Amino acid sequence: MAATKYTYTEQKDTRSGFGDGLLEVAKKNENVVGLCADLTGSLKMGDFQKEFPERFYQTGIAEANMMGLAAGMTIGGKIPYTGTFANFSTGRVYDQIRQSIAYSEKNVKICASHAGLTLGEDGATHQILEDIGMMRMLPNMTVINPCDYNQTKAATIAIADHHGPVYLRFGRPKVPIFTSADQPFEIGKAIKMIEGSDVTIFATGHLVWEAVEAEAILREKGISVELINIHTIKPIDAEAIIASAKKTGCVVTAEEHQKNGGLGDAVANVLAENLPTPQQYVAVDDQFGESGKPAELMTKYGLDAQHIVIAAEKAIERKK
Amino acid sequence: MASQANIQELEKVASQVRRDIVRMVHAVQSGHPGGSLGCTDFMVALYFHVLKHDKSFNPDGKNEDLFFLSNGHISPVWYSVLAHAGYFEVSELATFRKINSRLQGHPTPEEGLPGIRVASGSLGQGLSVALGAAQTKKLNKDNSLVFALLGDGELQEGQVWEAAMYAAHHNVDNIIATIDLNGQQIDGSTKQVMDLKDIKAKWQAFGWDVIESDGNNMDEIVKCLEHAKSLTGKGKPIVNLMKTEMGAGVDFMMGSHKWHGIAPSDEQLADALDQLEETIGDY
Repeated sequence: MAATKYTYTEQKDTRSGFGDGLLEVAKKNENVVGLCADLTGSLKMGDFQKEFPERFYQTGIAEANMMGLAAGMTIGGKIPYTGTFANFSTGRVYDQIRQSIAYSEKNVKICASHAGLTLGEDGATHQILEDIGMMRMLPNMTVINPCDYNQTKAATIAIADHHGPVYLRFGRPKVPIFTSADQPFEIGKAIKMIEGSDVTIFATGHLVWEAVEAEAILREKGISVELINIHTIKPIDAEAIIASAKKTGCVVTAEEHQKNGGLGDAVANVLAENLPTPQQYVAVDDQFGESGKPAELMTKYGLDAQHIVIAAEKAIERKK
Repeated sequence: MASQANIQELEKVASQVRRDIVRMVHAVQSGHPGGSLGCTDFMVALYFHVLKHDKSFNPDGKNEDLFFLSNGHISPVWYSVLAHAGYFEVSELATFRKINSRLQGHPTPEEGLPGIRVASGSLGQGLSVALGAAQTKKLNKDNSLVFALLGDGELQEGQVWEAAMYAAHHNVDNIIATIDLNGQQIDGSTKQVMDLKDIKAKWQAFGWDVIESDGNNMDEIVKCLEHAKSLTGKGKPIVNLMKTEMGAGVDFMMGSHKWHGIAPSDEQLADALDQLEETIGDY
């Protein structure tokens, strides 16, 4: 295999990016407060809790109350970051988020770990694959799914300066750190990772690294790939999507989420209305996950680099 | 302390608010008159005597008392009280539930109506929000208080008890929650639908300081709220179990769940208005 255009020396979980980012932003901004529903260790909120005990609120296993508390804490200027698993951050509390946070335009940062299949062995009860869809349907909501430790840390810090509700999604497993430690994080701005001309891969979250590997495989086959990291799924960077689709003529979307409602649909919305373009989805196809090792699950459910390669070849085929 | 003259003034305002409620609901033939009428005395006492509040309205509410209405369907009483308290023109009450109005069926800050800080309507969420606001006040070293009103049927929502447990655990003692115990909900009496059993024992068991009151006696509700304020700052959250009569002030609306969410006819409106004195002017 040809060398990937991005390399790494260390692997780390994106949730640690959140935990470290939270500590850093809390040092800079005294209005940042944290809430956690009995998952402080899993969310990596322990350092924040230790450093700022008076700004940390343990809610117990009561996520609905946590969302309401967070909404109320914004009244008087606080910036609450809630922490629990992605499943309990969205599906369990959809109505609380909808009424008390999104409709009420409250400045709450919903920080969600263990999203998707890579949660692994705990199985489908915890492997939420519908969260991006639920959150991007809500008016006023911003939806962010960074790709590695550094980007998650940068996003965690950046969202404090954005006034309004944010859903920040990250995960459990250790994954390559391949973006820079000092990157600026601009909400809503897609990042062109690799310039190419035959096909565009729009990837988000853990699938960005898979796409980096897929690009190397496709390059060896003589295919020129443009890779764009869509860390912000809402508001989506329509301009970047249209410009790249215009150049390459076909696209692949790659995400650790259901095909329904996620990044793929967000990109399809943009292209259908502006520039109808052949598109292949790399996503979970209307199924629940199961127990297993993260890498095994990503292969079984069609979310790895090999599946991105197949999708890219299909997309190119459809151009003809 | 409220003088006898103060009480009479408050009762006058309450009569006007009750007229507004039945007129608003009649005008659009929708809305919730029963609970609104039942909570009128409490809401008037709160806004015209108890709350330290600023009608120029700052959404952040720093250094003023805050009020959260969890049972958002009784929006007519809140809107009327806010208007008479000076948050917006009384004439705007005529837009209630109509297209392009700031007075939505259930309250929301989204349309920019002064006095509203969070949306409510989907039940069970307001106590959590109020507790969050109360904790922010503590962080901000702001000694003002947070008030919340919940319906009794609403206590069937699990989130209320999550919030109740949280408040006592975290010693949130700058909150006064009031439960409107009218014993009615949409499908019938609370006893029939889902018996709340010993509510006082439940709140006590959750670690709250419990007081009880008659919510349709202005003198008593004022005294009760003043007493509740004296209990704040002692390490425990405070709940006021307030007995009211759904439909209070309009004889044919009282004593039944029937008037939870229906509007009076033209004849019924006339009958209701005959029972309610116009005191500080109809909108």
